[in-house]
Amino acid sequence: MDSNDTRPDIIEMIGITKAFPGVVANDNINLNVKENEVLALLGENGAGKSTLMSILFGSYDADSGIIKIRGKEVEIKDPNAATALGIGMVHQHFKLIHNYTVAENIVLGYEPKKKFGLLDIAAAEKKVAQLSDQYGLKVNPKDKIEDITVGMQQRVEILKVLYRSADIIIFDEPTAVLTPQEIDELMLIIKRLKEEGKTIIIITHKLKEIKAVGERCTVLRRGKVVGTVNVADVSEEQLAEMMVGRAVKFEIEKNPPHFGDTVLSIEHISVKNTRGQMAVKDLSLDVRAGEIMGVAGVDGNGQSELLFGITGMSPLESGKILIHGKDVSKYTIRQRIEAGIGHIPEDRQKHGLVKEFTIAENIALKNYYKAPYTRNGCVLVQDAMVKKADDLIKAFDIRAGKGPFTLAGSMSGGNQQKMIIAREVDMGGDVLVIAQPTRGLGVGAIEYIRRRILSERAKGRAILLISFELDEIMNLCDRIATISKGTIVGLSNAGEITEQEIGIMMAGEKDKIAEETAK
Amino acid sequence: MSDSNTIKKQSGFTALLMRSDGAVSVVVVLLGFVFATLLVMLVGRNPAGIYKALLQVLTGFNLNNGKWNIRYVGDFLNYSVPFVLCGFSMAFAGRAGLFNIGGEGQYIIGMTVAQLVALTFPSVSVLHVVTAVLFATLAGAVWGGVVGYLKARFEVSEVVATIMLNYIALYLSRIITIAIPGTNTYKTVNFPETASLRIGFLSNLTNGSALNAGFFLMLVCVLIYWFALEKTNMGFGLRATGFNKEAARAAGIPVISSIVIAMAASGAYAGLGGGIVALGSFRYGRVISGMDNYGFTGIAVALVGNNTAVGTLFAGLLFGLLQAAQPIMQANNIPKEITFIIQGLVVVFISLKTGLRLFLQWNEKRRNNKIAEKASEGGR
Repeated sequence: MDSNDTRPDIIEMIGITKAFPGVVANDNINLNVKENEVLALLGENGAGKSTLMSILFGSYDADSGIIKIRGKEVEIKDPNAATALGIGMVHQHFKLIHNYTVAENIVLGYEPKKKFGLLDIAAAEKKVAQLSDQYGLKVNPKDKIEDITVGMQQRVEILKVLYRSADIIIFDEPTAVLTPQEIDELMLIIKRLKEEGKTIIIITHKLKEIKAVGERCTVLRRGKVVGTVNVADVSEEQLAEMMVGRAVKFEIEKNPPHFGDTVLSIEHISVKNTRGQMAVKDLSLDVRAGEIMGVAGVDGNGQSELLFGITGMSPLESGKILIHGKDVSKYTIRQRIEAGIGHIPEDRQKHGLVKEFTIAENIALKNYYKAPYTRNGCVLVQDAMVKKADDLIKAFDIRAGKGPFTLAGSMSGGNQQKMIIAREVDMGGDVLVIAQPTRGLGVGAIEYIRRRILSERAKGRAILLISFELDEIMNLCDRIATISKGTIVGLSNAGEITEQEIGIMMAGEKDKIAEETAK
Repeated sequence: MSDSNTIKKQSGFTALLMRSDGAVSVVVVLLGFVFATLLVMLVGRNPAGIYKALLQVLTGFNLNNGKWNIRYVGDFLNYSVPFVLCGFSMAFAGRAGLFNIGGEGQYIIGMTVAQLVALTFPSVSVLHVVTAVLFATLAGAVWGGVVGYLKARFEVSEVVATIMLNYIALYLSRIITIAIPGTNTYKTVNFPETASLRIGFLSNLTNGSALNAGFFLMLVCVLIYWFALEKTNMGFGLRATGFNKEAARAAGIPVISSIVIAMAASGAYAGLGGGIVALGSFRYGRVISGMDNYGFTGIAVALVGNNTAVGTLFAGLLFGLLQAAQPIMQANNIPKEITFIIQGLVVVFISLKTGLRLFLQWNEKRRNNKIAEKASEGGR
């Protein structure tokens, strides 16, 4: 098939090398993209996909290597140079101004002007409407960004790129923040863009998407190109194997549950977010011993605040939290930890560990003030910390150069997460609240961490699992609660609900209204 | 293969600078002296005068006339005491992630209370001076602790609060000291002998210098600082808070009390420094019209000492050395302001630490590229 493909290369990246202190992110990478194709760039986190695309988009300088666009060698010094070459990027984290309208965001930096340099907002809105018609990207140019859904914000980002007349569009992990329905829509949008003659590059580690829209797929592993394949010729399993370097099991074997009594009860709690808005409203949920309760939802629907409310990081505006029937709502964070709440935080760098501390110190971070880590009331026992860390490093297969004395900040994300899980498992309380346990991790670490969570379930802990990855929720949980705008909008047993049904609930009211107005 | 090896391996000295903050401090101090030397040469003076003065202060040996007087050493050590203690005042808060600009005010309060106790409490030998030093320390702790409480409870910026309290301390000190009977516009009556930190044995040993028991108190403080921060569970909590307040909070560490404790301890160090200066270096209480600036210089001391116990001790000794060398430098035809220039340069250079490391990294990379190029040329 490759030999029949006579389309010329629109992008050639030859011998691209980029090193960061301690890691070679791109090691002599060759990549070619044909005109009007959809190329998927597949690799685990840290494989070098984003670095490579940042070099193409001018955000990074390559240490060595050549970039040719339409056969001509170019130097892309900054994103403006990339824009001038017709390259546009839809970033994973949208770069939009929230109190500006859709049209204002799209034209920002390239505004149509009237006399005396005045902004011609009418022309901008007209142009946006025309573009959104042409490519089937439904948006209302007059809506403010803060009022529209994440899926629509992404369309605004795409329009921004189109408005700058890009004909090469890079999507960086475009589905990370979308509901299943929004993902389906995005796939259609990408097909439409291709029909309109655009060249598309998708950075992703999700195989389904590649099978859905990709023509060719270039796989990166540890900064090197493993190979480029025609998507139609390979299975998802083969792609996964190329990405990881070994066979991957998709489903984790789960033992039948043994539920006990209710351990954690959340009763009608409300929690404010940092901006003072009520982010969790009158939310109730029970978790039994030996059960994993999943909380599915799109990012920003009160998950973080729910977590903060349970662990004591934020005060409860109303409602109660009970452990074994005992009200812990007024407890401090430390008292709640002592009452048995383990916490694997959403943001492990910010809330889970102290980068400048060693593994030993991080392992003792929550109970350093008690025996065996403290004696005579105040003197630290370093030996006890080191010994515990040594045991846990072995038990949890934490890869650490200097053993217990390794600085937490010097380890990979997967090993940092293993360290945090080791601590929380070792503390052994009856409740474990987990948020986004596998975000940003490699496939190997993901498998390991999911197995650990299941083994904690087998030990009879009550586990609350918050995740934006629906796969993770579907795979691990015994019951699934769907959260939208700070309340639980649906609760079902695993196996009795489909991803699609959860997706509809996740989208909530806001989306329906937005869809209506878009039509 | 050999290329990649050379790229990974950094030369010993560069690697040391990348790894060790202490090594950077030493280099920075040396750089400060180099620049000062050049500066002195630029204005047409003989830079040897700087080093003669420093040698004389450090060893008591005067190269100009070949005479040896240990009094200079005693005075140098005595000068260092408030620098070290005020350095710890900054450093302790720094380890808990706080920026204590209030060392000066805490120092003044300590000094004032020490003077007050010395002049008003009954004159009982030993007990008198111990009480005075203790009260000075406590007063400093309260002065710092208040800021910690405001910060923890009401999120008042410790920077603003401590700056304001510096001025309040200055004028409060004047009000209190003038109210002591027998005080004129600039000094009180002499302290009773029982309130003095001077020990005859030390003065005799150092040929009549002002070196006093305060020096030993300072050394004990170095030990306390090290033990409290590195070896106790309270220190563990403080350090965790300093590195990552959010993670510390999530781990249940009582961040609020950590902040109050850290600020109080900081204040105690500066307060003790004030007490020692009042009762060790002076025989009467002072009605101060301006600040002594030990508290402010303490910020630089902590910076150079990287907030560690030993580092801050050495940095404090360095600043004391420069201070003590000033009059001798002038005698050697060197403007004494050169010591401030050295201090300033050291602080500027140390602030450039990150920049220095980036430069080293860039330099290393460039050198490796050259090696790689040469290797590939040789291959052809």
